[in-house]
Amino acid sequence: MSKVLMKGNEVIGEAAIKAGCRYFFGYPITPQSELPEYLSRRLPEIGGVYLQAESEVAAINMVYGAAATGVRVMTSSSSPGISLKQEGISYIAGSELPCIIVNIMRGGPGLGGIQPSQSDYFQATRGGGHGDYYLIVLAPASVQEIADLVKKGFDLAEKYRNPVMILGDGMLGQMMEPVDFGVETSGDSFDKSWATTGKNGRKKSNIVNSLYLKPEELEVHNRELEKKYLEIKSKETMAESYLTKDAEIVVAAYGMTARIAKSAVDMAREEGIRAGVFRPITLWPYPEKELNAATVSAKGVLTVEMSLGQMVEDVKLSLNGRLPVEFYGRVGGMVPTARAIFEEIKRMSEKFGGVK
Amino acid sequence: MLKQIMIAGFGGQGIMSMGQLMVYSGMIEGKEVAWIPSYGPEMRGGTANCSVSISDDPISSPHVTEPDILIAMNNPSLDKFEMSVKNGGVIFINSSLIDRKIKRKDVKVYYISANDKATELGDVRVANMVMLGALLKIDKLVKIDSIMESLKKVLSKSKHHLLPLNAQALEIGAREIGNN
Amino acid sequence: MAVVFDRPKSLTDAKFHYCPGCHHGIIHRLVAEVLDELGLQDRTVGIAPVGCAVFAYDYFDVDCIEAAHGRAPAVATGVKRTRPDTIVFSYQGDGDLASIGMAEIVHAAARSENITVIFVNNAIYGMTGGQMAPTTLIGQKTTTSPLGRKSELTGYPIKVCELLATLPGATYLARTSVHDPKNVRQTKEAIKKAFQLQVEGKGFSLVEVLSACPTNWHMKPVQALDFIKNDMMNYFPLGQFKSPEEAK
Repeated sequence: MSKVLMKGNEVIGEAAIKAGCRYFFGYPITPQSELPEYLSRRLPEIGGVYLQAESEVAAINMVYGAAATGVRVMTSSSSPGISLKQEGISYIAGSELPCIIVNIMRGGPGLGGIQPSQSDYFQATRGGGHGDYYLIVLAPASVQEIADLVKKGFDLAEKYRNPVMILGDGMLGQMMEPVDFGVETSGDSFDKSWATTGKNGRKKSNIVNSLYLKPEELEVHNRELEKKYLEIKSKETMAESYLTKDAEIVVAAYGMTARIAKSAVDMAREEGIRAGVFRPITLWPYPEKELNAATVSAKGVLTVEMSLGQMVEDVKLSLNGRLPVEFYGRVGGMVPTARAIFEEIKRMSEKFGGVK
Repeated sequence: MLKQIMIAGFGGQGIMSMGQLMVYSGMIEGKEVAWIPSYGPEMRGGTANCSVSISDDPISSPHVTEPDILIAMNNPSLDKFEMSVKNGGVIFINSSLIDRKIKRKDVKVYYISANDKATELGDVRVANMVMLGALLKIDKLVKIDSIMESLKKVLSKSKHHLLPLNAQALEIGAREIGNN
Repeated sequence: MAVVFDRPKSLTDAKFHYCPGCHHGIIHRLVAEVLDELGLQDRTVGIAPVGCAVFAYDYFDVDCIEAAHGRAPAVATGVKRTRPDTIVFSYQGDGDLASIGMAEIVHAAARSENITVIFVNNAIYGMTGGQMAPTTLIGQKTTTSPLGRKSELTGYPIKVCELLATLPGATYLARTSVHDPKNVRQTKEAIKKAFQLQVEGKGFSLVEVLSACPTNWHMKPVQALDFIKNDMMNYFPLGQFKSPEEAK
């Protein structure tokens, strides 16, 4: 086990390589450019292909073509670029192809800004493009977790033949922490008999397609996708609970915001307020059961996001009215401070009659 | 014990590399570390800053808003971050470029003429190492040996002739503490 | 009894859904014949477009990927870059290639992607019901230019081969027609050359085939052939616009 010090964005690239990914198609955008820059150096060294596309639209369609041939492939962008990729993502989901799409979020809407944000939660967790589909959405909160989730992401993508999104923010992408990449993996153990690589003696040709003009056939396809989504929901949720066992106030937050929330909870504990953090690692499927388990002692839940309030809807849906849910958010690239979250915890602890 | 440091100055003062050296050294020593830079137009506009967290335990938030230690390499950095330092914290001032005293009374302060000392050594670019030497004299966050070991790894072989200069700068910085 | 005419191996036995007088069937057959003759069927991946040829994957007996509107060259790039041993072709209409997919085709050519593009230009959107295309001729009536295309409003038809010929990355560009047997034969030769160049790793090749859409042109098939010969070929001259010898 040896640790190296690396930037989050670069770790995404190296972790992909360690997971057997040799192909990357992208288009530059701040704040994730270190990732394509890193891969443009590394991939040619190991016989892979880095290709800068003419647009995000082209890049995601190159990913679509590459994924159709059964290889591990990745693209990355930031919010406005991810909007452009939605057409291709919908096709990839509809054609049931595996790949990883990285979104290092920045503030929006429109051109927005380039500072950290979590305002693409709805887009990421509700499909994002047209049609009934879901991405598996993984939200790392540390550089080490980026490495772990990129590797796991490729496996999930191939296991379910479904696109996986790694959702981070600019701060996570720019941050340096030690990371251990662990053992190298590949997608070799997964069935690739569906891949379009030329018939090579096969009797029937393979077709990658999401077109079903007959409504009866499209319904069958949609129902099959539904079955897959239900299976993912039942098997693949991941979350971390921090000091929630006796917590009266549970802060629900993901990614970097959850790290800041932990500091706020540390402050609250020092003042005798029983607080904890619930951090979903999969944003879709949302860890409903885990949230309910983490809030058995809770009197209230505070959701903190770098948005106007998006994940808070999933928190409410998961708790289904069982607990009061409040929201604190910073937007536009502003990052909530641990102090401010602590004040919110204190206020809620007083409001909901917390025992000091 | 968690220590969080804010390092600020303008581009070219080696702000980012100073922070990276600290976390690299911390990692070598088996500590938990994190480094976050400012980025984008903020960086290109002249001021650059990065935050460093070094801890014996897993780090909750690496996003530093109330640093234990501030290293201010120029006037705008001091103006921007002076008030954010924790009560009882420490501020290191590059007095070669900062012409004022600090306003706060509840923190410790050290005035280090980093640029002048570096220039005396023959290369103003090691002003950051002078500051780092001063900091490590006051707070043994990481060992000087670890800094030198990290430098060896971070610098390409062709730059290894600069190692003695950097070691000297660290020493002079530590000595400057005595003049405060 | 000797067989003198048969279905190429690279076509399935599915019946074409194309309208009477439409040339897609002929062009499909030519592509399939070429794949057979060059022995490429087993290593070919076809990229189907959005447009009348959207079901191309039902007709070509090769591995196929259905692309989004205009994106076929990007999808083809993804296949070719990951599997350089495959033979990759996209089959695209004028709306797909010259309108919504203009960026993708230009950049695939600029990169000299080692792929072959079959570009079917019938100067109209067929599948959506006869709307104006980027290659619709001035004065030509369509459902969205009911009084005839006016340059003041919608500019001029795009000459794709001429446009791409300015790019050093384009290796082979030819415009042909399938309005009579002689031209059908020449089209096949061009398609064969395009695939042959790909086999040799020479880079981007595109064959633009002028073809008829009697249904949306509101013409009898024979009249439609005359329209190609007299009107389309007048604006879109046939010929080779880039040969491998003059590429780069």
